[in-house]
Amino acid sequence: MTESKKETAQDSTILKVENLEVSYGGIQALKGLSFEVKAGEIVSLIGANGAGKTTTLRAISALVPYKGNVEFKTKSGTVTSLSKVQQHEIVTFGLAHSPEGRGIFPNLTVLENLVMGSYSRNDKEEIAKDLERCFVSFPRLRERSKQKAGTLSGGEQQMLAIWRALMAKPSLLLLDEPSLGLAPLIVAQIFEIIKDVNKEGVTILLVEQNARMALKVSNRAYVVETGKISLSGTGKSLLDDPRIVASYLGGH
Amino acid sequence: MAALTDQTARFNTLKSLPAPVVAMMALIGLGVLFDNFTNAYTQFVMVLILTNVVLATSLNLVNGFTGQFSLGHAGFMAVGAYTSAWLVTRPELGALPDFLKFLLLPIGGGLLAAVAGYIVGLPSLRLRGDYLAIVTLGFGEIIRVALLNSDSLGGARGMYGIPSTEAVPALGLTAFSAQFAVASVWAVITFVTLWRIVHSAKGRAFLSVREDEIAAEAMGINITQTKVRAFVISAFFAGVGGSLFAHSVKYLNPSTFTFTKSVDIIIMIVLGGMGSLTGSVIAAVIITILPEMVLRELQQLTGIDLRMVIYSLLLILFMILRPSGILGRLEATDLWKMTLGRRKAEDRKVEGQRVEGKA
Repeated sequence: MTESKKETAQDSTILKVENLEVSYGGIQALKGLSFEVKAGEIVSLIGANGAGKTTTLRAISALVPYKGNVEFKTKSGTVTSLSKVQQHEIVTFGLAHSPEGRGIFPNLTVLENLVMGSYSRNDKEEIAKDLERCFVSFPRLRERSKQKAGTLSGGEQQMLAIWRALMAKPSLLLLDEPSLGLAPLIVAQIFEIIKDVNKEGVTILLVEQNARMALKVSNRAYVVETGKISLSGTGKSLLDDPRIVASYLGGH
Repeated sequence: MAALTDQTARFNTLKSLPAPVVAMMALIGLGVLFDNFTNAYTQFVMVLILTNVVLATSLNLVNGFTGQFSLGHAGFMAVGAYTSAWLVTRPELGALPDFLKFLLLPIGGGLLAAVAGYIVGLPSLRLRGDYLAIVTLGFGEIIRVALLNSDSLGGARGMYGIPSTEAVPALGLTAFSAQFAVASVWAVITFVTLWRIVHSAKGRAFLSVREDEIAAEAMGINITQTKVRAFVISAFFAGVGGSLFAHSVKYLNPSTFTFTKSVDIIIMIVLGGMGSLTGSVIAAVIITILPEMVLRELQQLTGIDLRMVIYSLLLILFMILRPSGILGRLEATDLWKMTLGRRKAEDRKVEGQRVEGKA
């Protein structure tokens, strides 16, 4: 009984990162970072500027070269080591990345941006359905679908970035600083969307500086400090942890 | 309902299919028309305009749409020009009818230029910005110096007496109108191919690389492959342009394909708008006509060579007043749609006022 339980626990791991090391020239940004994400979770990486959160996400998507092992359970259920595949193939496995600073294509229309998100897919009908889902969930994007994405407001651009990543129909979504530079009200909206997306079955790995918000929505979280995991736990437990409160939540 | 969709479908095929053919026929007709009252010099400039349209639109795919800065377009043009000039003398091609031969020669020039584009592009397109510009600049110079030192291709003396299309009485074409017809066909093929590419779903990959490489990569686009693809397509049409050039000037010299030639083409796409094919066409026409026809007259009147002065002034003024070029990233069709939209909106306003007035 315990045996089978253990197996299912292992099965539900969608992403496993072991001893991740990344260097930028002589500077080692990640120094053997390990963590895992289970299917259906929202997991966040929190930490200060330069701790290595964004680098971790970039390494997972193979946007930077790294040492160590990243295992990902693809849509078809096989566990693949992402270091052995080409960068552009990763999306087809079900891993989408919404990069830091939104990274929308400012001179393409909103619709073109969304369609670019489904670049790796060939199922036209399903793509159309997902597009419709996006427009239903965030009607503003439908209203502005023919407008250049660069003319959207910051919050709308972030919504677009998230939805563009979702257009790849991922099982795991990497979100890099979705709250960056946005007003508190809009940040709250973004986090609502993150929760909704998660409820629909998409696992989320979130990188945030807004630790309070991130911890509130997360099942689990890891604290990244100078390229290593210094602390981990459930979102709630970390919110009450005095060390976290002192370092990341304002200390009172 | 079914009948309606059937009708719109028919309308759409009617609209999309023959447009290039219509454009070709119109251009060829223009050639025949101008044949009667223009001198050889004007006719040469007319072919040159179409050649420059081919060169400018093709460079725009790399510099404007994919956002890479290539300075080596003259190099690819040279490859195409010399290949075509060499091929035309081959006895193996003698069996082909003359007009057909000249219609097909640009393919040969284009293919070899595309191979050159692949060889240069594969290692260098991993570089970004200035570095890529320097590598492509170096490539252009290598081609030029190699041609300068290859005796079999004429070396510094160049290649003389390159054959050109002759009159095709069966089609009612004179030597010039036949030559102009070949150039027309290729200008339209180039434009339509590039237009279809940048407006296709896969072609949007080029644009996304220009917009944001990291985001494009995160979408699952193979960045290097996309850039190389753009480079190869662009080089192919540069080769086509080179071939057209070779058979219209009938004389090739390595010094034609210097860095300045690449810059000339870059000026065309900057003035027309980086990322606007129709802009490139407009600018290619202006930039070809301006120095050849207007400025030359001016020089004869004033006795001073004001060409470069006016050229530079024009560029400076453009950079100050309209840095994005004549059309920016828009196409002429976008402007057309916009004015149509505005007119409709105005109509609605007028209608609204009329209704209000009645009430």
